[in-house]
Amino acid sequence: MATRQLGAKKLRVLPGFRLTLGFTLFYLGLIVLIPLAAVFWKTTELSWGEFWHVATMPTAMASYRLTFGASFCAALVNAFFGLIVAWVLVRYDFFGKRIMDALVDLPFALPTAVAGITLAILYSKNGWIGRFFTHTNASGQLESVFTSSRLGVFIALTFIGLPFIVRTVQPVLEDLDPELEEAAASLGANRWQVFWRVIFPMISPALLTGFALAFARALGEYGSVIFIAGNIPMKTQITPVLIMQELDEFYYAKATALAVVLLVVSFLLLLAINVLQWWSNRHDTHNLA
Amino acid sequence: MTPAATTFHTPPAARRHSRTEPPAVRRLLIGVALVFLALFLVIPLVFVFAQAFAKGIGYYFTTLRDPNAVSAIKLTLLTAGIAVPLNCFFGVCAAWAIAKFDFPGKNILLTLIDLPFSISPVIAGLIYVLVFGAQGWFGSWFSDHDIHIIFAVPGIVLATIFVTVPFVARELIPLMQAQGRSEEEAARVLGASGWQTFWRVTIPNIKWGLIYGVILCNARAMGEFGAVSVVSGHIRGQTNTIPLHIEALYDDYNFAGAFAMASVLAFLALITLALKTWVEYKNAALNETK
Repeated sequence: MATRQLGAKKLRVLPGFRLTLGFTLFYLGLIVLIPLAAVFWKTTELSWGEFWHVATMPTAMASYRLTFGASFCAALVNAFFGLIVAWVLVRYDFFGKRIMDALVDLPFALPTAVAGITLAILYSKNGWIGRFFTHTNASGQLESVFTSSRLGVFIALTFIGLPFIVRTVQPVLEDLDPELEEAAASLGANRWQVFWRVIFPMISPALLTGFALAFARALGEYGSVIFIAGNIPMKTQITPVLIMQELDEFYYAKATALAVVLLVVSFLLLLAINVLQWWSNRHDTHNLA
Repeated sequence: MTPAATTFHTPPAARRHSRTEPPAVRRLLIGVALVFLALFLVIPLVFVFAQAFAKGIGYYFTTLRDPNAVSAIKLTLLTAGIAVPLNCFFGVCAAWAIAKFDFPGKNILLTLIDLPFSISPVIAGLIYVLVFGAQGWFGSWFSDHDIHIIFAVPGIVLATIFVTVPFVARELIPLMQAQGRSEEEAARVLGASGWQTFWRVTIPNIKWGLIYGVILCNARAMGEFGAVSVVSGHIRGQTNTIPLHIEALYDDYNFAGAFAMASVLAFLALITLALKTWVEYKNAALNETK
């Protein structure tokens, strides 16, 4: 305990509480909170009707559908493969395991612009992967199915969301109590039943948290998507690109209205993730008891 | 719980059997995982370097020596050189306050520190345009005094600071919370000053986490694209960082040049991953000796 009771006055053994907390709040306020407040202040320049008009204009609606749809699909695919990757990394031994484990964080460490141009060329009609998935487009030319398509957006969002599920599920799998599985097996459950009825319920909060984190990250993603997506309005334009486009044309109020929509969704997701983490922590202590 | 205590009744062979899958299933799962990782991580990584040297090593170094490239590298180093120390100092302060003391609203503060992670980089840039841009809160004051923030270097630095705020704090807070307060308290009771306690007790305990946080923060600061793109103005040779220069080269269809610049950042990412693995190993060793 850093505090001890001395009469009515609390004395702290460790120094620097006011200084460090004060600086923390000052810095956060200056760098994060005040500028963020500017977004909400700027939207007040629009009336409610104008805000609604901008936030629901056809290009915006199309961008939400693409952004949310592709982010959801990417997070779902990552949930499936991420679970397998985490499982394999925790439970099995194979050649190159340490390197693969380290590489999982690559999408965190690789700048989004680098990821963006790499995926765009890799999945283009002459790229190492794209050449196997070509079709003839409307103007009669051979084109990769990923170039300037929703599929390309999905590929980019899958790449950047990859580490989230692996890194949230991996520690939970490592900490699982072997006794529970042994008990289930000795009571006659087969391996699939043990996984589905014993292991899966215990890792599902982590899986859901990882899914929400990957989804939230994908919603705001910009750099890795723009090169492969082609940014065609109504078709392959994600919401952050639409915001960027409005900004380039100096429609600040419009850009801000779209930003507020995205921010509100992000905040709701952040809240959901916190509730999930609280729930999974409670779940953990419950298991230990 | 020690494994020895749980294997009382079950022979080791049976125990192993009850916790693993048939070899065929095992091989299938390993295969699926490896194909997925190869497709999304290994191939793109190899591809960056293959493309970077596609026009030969001579062209590679010509690209890096181009005046616009040199200016982009300098601006990136300057930006990271300001953003990383500031956020490092912030991270240590925030972790000290949060890990060593109890106060109400701690969870809200933790959420606020994480906030930049959940905000789209484009919005991170936008908020600074709204504050410092021509029509912004302080825009007219700065333009009256002939100070340029948006579409200039200060805007780039500010946007970079914003997106990298959480990195060091996020590494240190859980680490310092896990280590508790008793060592620092013992040092204080034995007569060490606050500073001595911090430098001789806290810093040695957190140094690996701190190093890793700084490396992550640096990688992101040097690689940030979306937020910087909004506030930069894209003036070649003046307000282009390395990622923005990559975009410019790519838009010129100079793919070999774009990938040459990209390989520099990809190399930085690889160093980051290697250091991360090493730091985790060191941390595990540190925890074992305790």
